[in-house]
Amino acid sequence: MTAKPTNWIGVSVERLEDRPLLTGQGRFAGDIGFPHQLHMRIVRSPYAHGKLSGIDTSEARKLRGVVAVWTVEDIDDLPPIDFREGPNEKLAPFRQPVLAKGVVRYVGEPVAAIFATDPYVAEDAADLVELDIEETDPVIDAALPTSGFAQGLTTEPTICTQGYGDVAITFKDAAHVIEMDLSIGRHSGVPLETRGAIGRYDAARDVLELHGAAKVPHKNRESLARMLSRGTAGIHLYEGHTGGGFGIRGEIYPEDILVLVAAMRLRRPVKWLEDRREHMIAANHSRQQRHRIRAAVDKDGRLVGIDDDFFHDQGAYIRTHGTRVADTACGILPGPYRLPHFRVSAHFRLTNKTPAATYRSPGRYETNFVRERLMDQIARQLGLSRIEVRRRNLIAPEEMPYARPLVALGDEVVFDSGRYEELLDKALARFEWDELEVAVKKRRAAGEFVGLGLAMYVEKSGLGPTDGARVNVHTNGEVEVITGGASMGQGFETVIAQVAAQTLGVDYRNVRVIHGRTDRIEYGIGAHATRATVMTANATLVAAEKVRAKALDMAAQLLQADAANLTIVDGVVSRTDGSGASIDLGQLAHHLRPVSPTRGEREPSLASDGWFTTDHMTYPYGAQFALVKIDPGTGGVTIEKMLIAFDVGRAINPMLVRGQLVGGFAQGLGGALFEEFQYDERGQPLSVTLADYLMPTAHEMPVVDVMMLEDAPSETNPLGIKGAGEGGIAAVGAVIASAVDDALGNQGLITQIPITPQAIKAILDKRKA
Amino acid sequence: MSGKRDITLNINGEDFTVTVEPRRTLVDVIRDDCGQTGTHIGCEHGVCGACTVLVDGEPMRSCLMFAVQADGRRIRTVEGLAKDETLHPMQEAFMKHHALQCGFCTPGFLMLAVGALEKNPDLNDEQMLDILSSNLCRCTGYENIVKAVKAAAVVMKARV
Amino acid sequence: MKPAPFSYYTPRSVREAVALLAEYAPQDGRVLAGGQSLVPTMAFRMARPAHLIDINGIAELATLKVEGDTLHIGACVRHAAFDSDAVSGATGALLRKVVHNIAHYPIRTRGTFCGSVANADPASEWCCVMAALDGVAVLQSQRGTRRVTAADFYQGVMTTALADDELLVGCELPILPPDTRVGFVEFSRRKGDFAIAMALATYRLEAGKIIEPRVALGGAEAHARRMPAAEAVLKGATLDKAAFVKAAEAAAVACDPMEDFNNTADYRRGLVRTMVERALESAVKSES
Repeated sequence: MTAKPTNWIGVSVERLEDRPLLTGQGRFAGDIGFPHQLHMRIVRSPYAHGKLSGIDTSEARKLRGVVAVWTVEDIDDLPPIDFREGPNEKLAPFRQPVLAKGVVRYVGEPVAAIFATDPYVAEDAADLVELDIEETDPVIDAALPTSGFAQGLTTEPTICTQGYGDVAITFKDAAHVIEMDLSIGRHSGVPLETRGAIGRYDAARDVLELHGAAKVPHKNRESLARMLSRGTAGIHLYEGHTGGGFGIRGEIYPEDILVLVAAMRLRRPVKWLEDRREHMIAANHSRQQRHRIRAAVDKDGRLVGIDDDFFHDQGAYIRTHGTRVADTACGILPGPYRLPHFRVSAHFRLTNKTPAATYRSPGRYETNFVRERLMDQIARQLGLSRIEVRRRNLIAPEEMPYARPLVALGDEVVFDSGRYEELLDKALARFEWDELEVAVKKRRAAGEFVGLGLAMYVEKSGLGPTDGARVNVHTNGEVEVITGGASMGQGFETVIAQVAAQTLGVDYRNVRVIHGRTDRIEYGIGAHATRATVMTANATLVAAEKVRAKALDMAAQLLQADAANLTIVDGVVSRTDGSGASIDLGQLAHHLRPVSPTRGEREPSLASDGWFTTDHMTYPYGAQFALVKIDPGTGGVTIEKMLIAFDVGRAINPMLVRGQLVGGFAQGLGGALFEEFQYDERGQPLSVTLADYLMPTAHEMPVVDVMMLEDAPSETNPLGIKGAGEGGIAAVGAVIASAVDDALGNQGLITQIPITPQAIKAILDKRKA
Repeated sequence: MSGKRDITLNINGEDFTVTVEPRRTLVDVIRDDCGQTGTHIGCEHGVCGACTVLVDGEPMRSCLMFAVQADGRRIRTVEGLAKDETLHPMQEAFMKHHALQCGFCTPGFLMLAVGALEKNPDLNDEQMLDILSSNLCRCTGYENIVKAVKAAAVVMKARV
Repeated sequence: MKPAPFSYYTPRSVREAVALLAEYAPQDGRVLAGGQSLVPTMAFRMARPAHLIDINGIAELATLKVEGDTLHIGACVRHAAFDSDAVSGATGALLRKVVHNIAHYPIRTRGTFCGSVANADPASEWCCVMAALDGVAVLQSQRGTRRVTAADFYQGVMTTALADDELLVGCELPILPPDTRVGFVEFSRRKGDFAIAMALATYRLEAGKIIEPRVALGGAEAHARRMPAAEAVLKGATLDKAAFVKAAEAAAVACDPMEDFNNTADYRRGLVRTMVERALESAVKSES
C-alpha cells in the first residue's frame, strides 16, 4: 500500500463533481420537481417597441389544465428589478418591470405568465393570449442620436466618464494621431443549459424557496427578500447543478420573481424552464460596443494620450448590473501600457433589444480588442514592428504596484504585480514567433494569405472584500467545508477540497464541499469575476488551519505530546518521529463533541469558521498569439497555431486551470468569428436558434498551446492565487483580429468582430479590382 | 388519433409502459414519464446534441423523435452505461481527462461516442472529430473530450 | 418549444399511406419520415400539422437497390446508408463524397434522402445530386404514380411539384459509367451548417477531352440546378485548370444567387466561382 500524498495543492487530481454528472445523476433545474407543481410559461412581446394597450387572456384561461394567467395588473405591487449593488436614483427609471406595463421594449419581453398543470398545455395556452400592441419604431443603433424613453427621459440614461491628465493638450502637440472606429458585435454566454427556476413555498416552515439558483445566491436572497417584502430568514435559495453560467445565469430575472410570487399565491410549487428560443431573446446579452478612439503617440510610438468615446448598447432596460460593464471597460481600457493622459466617455445607450449585462471578461474582451487594434495601427503608421510598439509601452516591473486613477468593477485600478515584458518574451519564444515571421514571409511570396496576430492584456480577479467558510470534521472523519460559493461547473468543489485536504492532512476525496445553499451558511460571495478560488479558497485555508490547530491541541492532550511534534497524515494524527500511539480526526471530533468528558474548556466540535479579507483585487496578465490562414476563394479563416500565455499566480489544480483557459478560448473564438445576435430594422431578433447563432464545434477549434505561468504568485493572498476563469477568453477577439488583419496586409481593415468570411472576401476582391 | 396512447419504452433493459400524447417528444417522455433525467434538453431543435440517446444502437437526437415512434425500440441512455459502481470506460476516460466541466452536455457526448465506437471500433482521428463535432459544449473547448474519447476507444477495443 | 397537438397515423403500406394523405392532406396533414427537418419546425410551432402520417413502418420504402442502370432509393433510406459500400462505382463514390457534408452524424442516422429531396431546402446536398444527375422523383397518390425529373420537380425555395396528396415514394439516380469522375464541394460557416454555396461536377474523359460534363449548383440559388453555361465550356475541352476557371466563371455569371441578411448576392456569386472550380479539381483526383 503506497503512502497517499498529502500535498494536494498544485496537483491535477480528478474532480469530485464528476461521478454524478457522468452517470446521469445530476440535479439541474429541469431535474428538480415537487409534487403537485405547476408549470409556468411566459408570453413574450413579439415586437421590439410598441404601446401595449391590452392583453386578452380569456381564451387561454379556458384551456383545460390552465390554473391562472397573470398580467402586470396581477402583480402591480411588485417593484421593478433592482440593481445588485443597491439603489441608484439616476438609473432607477430604466429598470425592468417584472411584466410589461403599457409599453413593450424588446422582442422577448415578458408580458404575461401562464400557470398550468403541464408544460405542453402551458405553451398551448400562451399561444392563445392576444396582445393588443401598436408597433412603434425601434431604436436599433446605439450610436445614433438619442430618442425618448419615457416622459422626460432619453435613451441615454447616463454617460460614464473617467480619465486623468489633460488629453486635449496631448493631441494638439502629438507627433502622430491614430484614429479608429471599432465595433464589437452583440453576443453572450449562451450556456448549454437554459435558465430554470422552481419556486416553492413551504407553508410548514413559512419559508419561500427558490431552486435552480446560481452565481450569487446570497446576494440574490437579499434582493429577492427586499423585492418581496420578506425577511431573509424566510427565503432561501438552493443551487443544484448548473449547466454553465459565464455571467449570464444567476442574475435576477422577471421569471425568478414570478415563480416565487406564484408559489405563494397559488399555494403550489411553480416550475419554469426556459426554452432555447426564449433564451436567445430573454437572457442577458453582452459585448456590443462601438468605440471612436484616438491615440496620440510620440515619435517613438509611445502612448501619450488616449481619447475614447464609445457607445454601449445596453438593450431595452438596465438590469441588475447597472452600468458596471461600461464602467469596467472605461477603467481597464489602457491595459498593460503606460498612458500619461486618458479620457473615456461611455455613452450608455438603451435600444430595443434584449437587455445586456456581464459576460465572461466583461469590459475586457471588448477593450482588449479596441486597444490592441490601436497598438497594431500605431505600429503600422509609424513603421514599427507590432512587438516593438508593445515593448515601448509596457509598464515595467519596477513601476509596480502601478496605480491608475481609474475605477473598474468598483475598485480603483492598482496593478499589484506584473512582469509583462518577461511574459511577452517567454511567449514569443514558445510560439516561435521569429521563425514564423520568416515562414509567413515565404508563404506570402508563394501567394498564400497568412498572418500573425498578437494581443497583450491584463485581467481582473479576486474581487473581495471578504469571504468566509466553515470547516467541520465529522466523527467518522469526513470533512465538510461549508462555503457561500457557487458552482457553474468550473470545479469549485474539487479546488476547495484540495486546499482543505492539504491543510488538514486528509485525502481530498474525504472532503465534502457545500455551496449555493443560503440555509447552510449566512454569507456568501457566489462565483463570478474569477473570485471563487481567490476568496473562498483562502477563507477555507483560514478555517482549515484553525481546525488543524484545534485537532492538534486535542491530540496533544490525548497523546501526551507537544502539538509541535505532531503531524496529520491521511487523517491520522501521530508524532512526527513515528513513535507512540496515533488518533484519527474522527476520534478527535468525538472527543470534542459537546458532552465529551475530555473536551475540557475547548469549544465544542472539531470545526471552525475562517474569514479572508482583501482590499486589493489582483491583476493577472497574459499574451495571446495566433497564426491564421485565409482562403481567398471563400474568405474562410483557419487558425493554424494558437498560444495563450497567462500568469495564474498559482494553480491549485493545473488541469482545471487549463480547462478554464481552453474553454474560455472557445467562447472567445466564437465572438471573434462566429457569434452575433443580429436584428433586422424592425428590431426582430434573427439569431434565435443554435443554427443561426453559431458557436464553435470541435471542428472549429485549433490546437491551443497553453503556457501557465506561476512565476509571480499573488502577494494579496496566502495561496498566491490569481484565478484563471476569464484569462482564456479575454484577448481572443483582439488576437484573431490582429492575425486576420495581418493576413490581409495589416492595413487596419479589420475594425469589427465577428469577422465574417464575406467581409474578408470583400476586402480581397476590392484589392484585386 | 391525437389522444394518448399506451407505449412501452425499453430503457437500459427496463420496460416502461406509459400513456402519452403523440406530440410528446422522446426526450420529454424519457425524462418526465420514465424518470430518467440524465438525458438533457439543450435546444429542442436538434442542433446541440445534449439529448443524444441510442435507439437500437444508433445515436439519435431524442428531441427530434416522438415517444410513440420509439415504442418497442431498445433505448440506451447515460444511466445505463455504468454497471452498478463500475463506470464504463468512456465515463472513466472523461473523468481522467477532465472532459466535463458543468456536465450538461456530457450525457449526450457519452452516448454519441459510445454508440459510434460500438458501431465502428476502428474510427480514425478524422472520423472521430467529425462525429464529435455533432454536439455542442460551451465549457471545455472540446480538447479534453476528444482526448477522452480517443483513450476510451483503445480500452473499449481491447475489451471486445 | 413543444409541438402543437396532432393526430398520428402509422400506415403499414404505401396504399394505406396515400389513402391517409388523400383524406388528411387537405386538413394540413404531413408526412413524417426522418423528422430531422420537420420536427424542429414543429418545435418552433412554425409548422403545426394537424395530422402526421409516419411512414417509417412501411417496409417496402426502405429499399436501396440497383436495377439495371438505375439506383432506386426508397423513401425511408437514411442518409447514413450512403456512407458505406452499399452503392458501388462512380455513383456510389459520389454519394459517399456528398454524404459527409450533410449535417452531422446523428442526423444522418435518422434523416432520409427522399425527405431531403421533398423538403427542397436550397442548401440540400441531395437536391444538388438529383439536379446534377437528372434524378427522377417517383410520386404516388390515390390518383396514380408520376415520375418527375429533377429539373421539373424543383420550382422554387422549398417548393416542388409534389402535390399535397402525393407521397414521394422514392428517387431514381442513374448508375454513372464506371470511369466517371465525380467531385463535390461546399462552403458553410461551420462544418455541417447549411451550405452557402455548393457545386457538384461529373465528367468523363475521351482522348484527353472532357465529355458528358455535368455541373450543378446548390445553396446559392432558390433551388439546385444544372448550369448549362458551365457545361458548355467544358464539353470537348482539354482537361486543365484554364477550362475549370472558365467554366467556373461561366457558372458565376449565369447564376442567380439568393440574398439574405448575412450573404449578399455578390458574395454568393464569388463562392459559386470558387466552388465550381474546386469541384472540378476534386473530380480530377477521383477515379473509381
